[in-house]
Parts: sequence; structure tokens; C-alpha cells
Amino acid sequence: MSRDEIVDAMAGLVLFADLSRPQLAAAAHTFEEEWFTEGQRILRQGFTGSNFYVILEGEAAVKINGETRATLARGEFFGEVSVLLGEAPTADVVALRPLRCMVLAGPETEPFLIAYPRVMYRILQAQARRLRTANLWRG
Amino acid sequence: MARVADRPHPPGRYPLVVVGSGPGGLQVSYFLRRLGVHHAVLSADPAPGGMFRRYPLFQRLNTWTKPYALAERRTRPYEWYDWNSLVGDEPAHRSTVPEFMDGTSYFPSRAEMARGLEAFAERTRVQVRYDCRWEATRREDDGFALETSDGQYRSRAVVFAIGMAEPWKPDIPGIEAVPHYVDTPPVTTLAGKRVFLIGKRNSGFEIADALLPWARQIVLGSPRPPIMSVFTSGAGVRAKYLVPYEDYVMGGGVFILDATIERVERTADDWRVFTTGQRTGPLEFRVDQVIATTGFSTPLADLPALGVATFSQGRLPRQTPYWESSTLPGIYFAGAVTQGAIGIRKHGSAGNSAGVAGARHNARVLATHLAQTRFGVAIPRPALGSDGVVGFMLAEATRAPELWNQQAYLARVVTLDPAAGWVDDGIVPLAAYVDAAGPDAAAITVELDTNGDHHPTVYLRKDGRVSEHALPADPLLVFEGTKQRAELAALLGDLGPVAA
Repeated sequence: MSRDEIVDAMAGLVLFADLSRPQLAAAAHTFEEEWFTEGQRILRQGFTGSNFYVILEGEAAVKINGETRATLARGEFFGEVSVLLGEAPTADVVALRPLRCMVLAGPETEPFLIAYPRVMYRILQAQARRLRTANLWRG
Repeated sequence: MARVADRPHPPGRYPLVVVGSGPGGLQVSYFLRRLGVHHAVLSADPAPGGMFRRYPLFQRLNTWTKPYALAERRTRPYEWYDWNSLVGDEPAHRSTVPEFMDGTSYFPSRAEMARGLEAFAERTRVQVRYDCRWEATRREDDGFALETSDGQYRSRAVVFAIGMAEPWKPDIPGIEAVPHYVDTPPVTTLAGKRVFLIGKRNSGFEIADALLPWARQIVLGSPRPPIMSVFTSGAGVRAKYLVPYEDYVMGGGVFILDATIERVERTADDWRVFTTGQRTGPLEFRVDQVIATTGFSTPLADLPALGVATFSQGRLPRQTPYWESSTLPGIYFAGAVTQGAIGIRKHGSAGNSAGVAGARHNARVLATHLAQTRFGVAIPRPALGSDGVVGFMLAEATRAPELWNQQAYLARVVTLDPAAGWVDDGIVPLAAYVDAAGPDAAAITVELDTNGDHHPTVYLRKDGRVSEHALPADPLLVFEGTKQRAELAALLGDLGPVAA
């Protein structure tokens, strides 16, 4: 996949919907592309030093103590909670089929979000939705 | 000159074929032979050395070999202070590069490096069929057939140690006309000229550094800000090339531009480079020379058509933690290509496999893995004893070159064997260890934390679950103190008997 195709794929994701083409191109260079085979772990519960991932293609399961709690698909992202808090993830994320991601190194995530506040706002919106859903469950 | 009949490994069937005679090919062949795995090594080159027969362009490496260091030359711990020599089991096979260094720098020259590699090949009697070019590959029922300039080789498995050797350029309109790094014009022809370098990695900074006494103006442009190894303790532009960066910071005529290169145009008497940066907006540069310092790709030839999946815009094959194609079993990689096996990417770091320093250790682990899994070779598992295991692991964390060169990537594993007690299971890829089921065991690595401190880190596997435990750091990097001993003994004590 060429860099242009990656930029095209990013342009279709809600997370990056507010970025101009040059911003997308620059962001595409900040991330690395990474592939995972079916069954491969991407995030490991309890391991420090994790990173921020955005799914370009494929599907992944969120597992806590081996039990699947959610699935993630194209356009969704994971790893942000442990990166933001500087703590080890509380779940495994495992590829359910071949999975293509963009990855941003943990230490590069803060400068990236500060450079792209519109992406940060989209992440906040996604977190707000998750919080709302969690509150509905509790209520 | 040797006659054709005298050359080793004539065409035919072999248990294993290795392609390449750079550091990766030499290193994997050396260990395969010591493990008793019969194999053929083929190389298109006329002599050993791989990329070091030609590069780096400006004749000086960016990785250290310290003639005098905290460990004695020709010992295993010395390998950490010598990132360029290949590694060996016998003292005579170790530390070949410093022998040829003239003392002007602790970064060997290209020629010193090449001589070190030749000396290794000569002393270890690595057998290579030179001038034998791999031309095509075919899948067969029980493996692969390689067509070469000398005839056909057949084998169940192949190790490709073919380097990141193919000049690579991104899709930028007009870049076809731009010379690549490998075709950089002589610096004397750039005296007083304005030069635009596309790319901000080591090769871009290498040229910028060489042009400082020549060029009038140097611009390094690419979308991503430069990453400097002094901040990452690993990946990024090496300290040796920091001078152009300092020149930029001080405003001396070097410009480091974070911008997308929109297109390049060749005019009658100069070049135009059109860029758009998030901070700079659109900027047009008129320069006398443009050079694409945009890196290299793996010369995979027909392997992708056979089923070897790639990533990073086709530049690297996707690999398992043991450097096997993740989509075409039986195809393995050694050398710089092993940077495509990312590991567990702690804090974003994907190991140090792009350089000889990391790839040489990968080659030993790969040879051991192949010997064990494909050729039934039993690898000794020395017993450590309940009174020896703690000291052994901490000594490894303090001095093992594998753990220092490949931080959070390679690990030393000790397993609790029901019959023999604690045994040494050797060096393995950390990703393979933490994600595989297995008996109760512990692995130790060296890792950086977010403050830049090195820690020995233990991965304890108990009842099939792996947990991570960082041991205390030490200001002098000696992890054999009472605190580390006590903490490690407590961790291992959870699995089996241990005397601290």
C-alpha cells in the first residue's frame, strides 16, 4: 500500500475527518504501518510501554483475563487509555483476522495530539460516548 | 582464480539454502554450521561484505566499535562495545573489526568494516558460492526451487539475507528524475550550491554532514520531524550526524523542514521543489541539486508473487517473531531485513535489527530455532541450580550483548524443568516468549523506562499467564546488587525453589 493509499484510507476515518490533505500526509508519516496475523496479540494486559493504534482493516477482540468484552473494526482505535494515563493496559487486544493498523509510539502520542487538536477532540467524543454507554449500563 | 568445479555448493538439493553473503548471511551460516545443519550459501557478489562493499557513501559508519572498553576484547560482553563485528563462539572468531581500526575514530571506516567482515569469513571458513545469482523462485510440494545463474537449487526452507539494498523512492511527482542517495554526485561538484535532500533519516543527515564544508545551503525536507537517537536510545538519526542539526538550530544555513513534498520539477538550469508544511504553509525552493535520501527496500524479486506479504509500502516482508514470512512458511530472513519483525514494540521501539549490532544476534537465534524445529538438533539446556539462577539472570541483564543490543526485543529465558530444576533455555525473541503457551519460566530483558533509565525487566510465566516486573535501575548499570537479587529471588520463588 502506497503512502497515498494510506492517506486515502485515513481520510475515510472519523478520527481524521477534520484534517486537510497536507495534515493527513504529515500524520500518515508520523504513524507506522503494522500488520498482525489472526490470533496475534497487539496490546498486552499488564505490560507497560504500549502504543496507540488505529485500525485500517480487519477486526480485533478486546479481552480481559481471556474473556472477550468487545470487538473493534476499521476506523476504531485502542491503546489511548494506557498511553494517556501512563499505565499498563487493562485488557489484551487480539487480532481476530489479519489486521492492518497504524501505530503511533506511546511517547509520540502526546505531541501528536497537541499538534492535531481536531484529532484530540474526536478522541474525546469517542471517549464521551463510551462513558455514556458505561453509565447507561450502570444506571 | 578458483575453477568453477572448486566452488562450494554446486546446484542440487540441500536441507537448507541461504542467499546472501553480507553480515546476515555470514552470521547465520556460521551458527548453522556450528549446530551441524548442512546448508548451501549462494551470493551474487564476488566476495563477502554485502552493503559494506559499497556503503556508507561517505565511508564512515555511525555505530561504535570501541578499541578499549569496559570489557576485554574477544569476550562475549565486549560485543556490546563493538556493534560492528560479527559474533562467534570462539575468541578467535570475535572482535574482528577493531583489529583493523587505525585509531582516528571509534566509528570504523567502511574499509575497516569490510576488512573485519572478510577476516571473519576467512577465519571461520564460511563456505559461500560467490558469483551465483538467485534469479527466480518456485514453490514445490516439499519446499522451494531457486533458479540461479549456476543452475537449480532445491530445499525445504530458504533463508534470505539479501539486505535492505534496493534504492527506494516514495511516490512524489517528478521524483523519477531525482538521483537517489546511491547516485549522489561528488561533493566537489556541489561547492557553493544549494542542495535539497528529500528525507530526514540517517542517509539524509549523512549527506548533509558531508556537504557542510561544500554546499551554500542545505535543506532537509520530509513530512515527519527528525527523530534523534540521543532521545530514543535506539532508533533515529545517530549522534554522529548531529552537526547539521546543530547548524539548523543555530541558523547557519541548514534548514530542517517538516513538510510534504508535493512535487519536484527539473528546469533548464535548476530544480524546483514544492512543499506544504503544517507550520510553514506552501513553500517553493529553487535549488541546484535535489537528492532522494529516501531509504531502501528489500530486493524480494518474485517472492511477493509467491505469497510473501509485505508492509511499509512493500519495502519489508511481514515476519513472525522468528523471522519467518508470516504468509509463506519455509521462507526466513536474516540480516537487516529482520527489522520487519517488530517485536512487542515497547514505547514504540521495534528493536535494533536494522543494524549489524542487532541483526547478528537475531541470526544466532534464527540458526538455533531452525536447527531445533526443522532438523531435530537437541540444544543443550544447562542446569542452573536453585542457588545459581538469580545470579545467572542478573549477570545476563548486566552484560549480555544480546539483551543490550536488542532491548525489549531479545530475552534470556530460564525454565523450571520438572526433572532438572532451573535450566537455561537460551536467548529468544521476547514476542515469541510472551505470546506462547509454555511451562513455568522467567525471561529477562533490558529496557528503558519513560525517564530514560535502564531496567532489567522480568517476564514471569506462571500457569500459562505472563506478567511483567521491572527490577530496580542502577546508576552504573550493574544490576547485581542486593535489591535486584532480593526482588528477582522473590519473583522466581513464586515458581520454584530459589536461593538468593
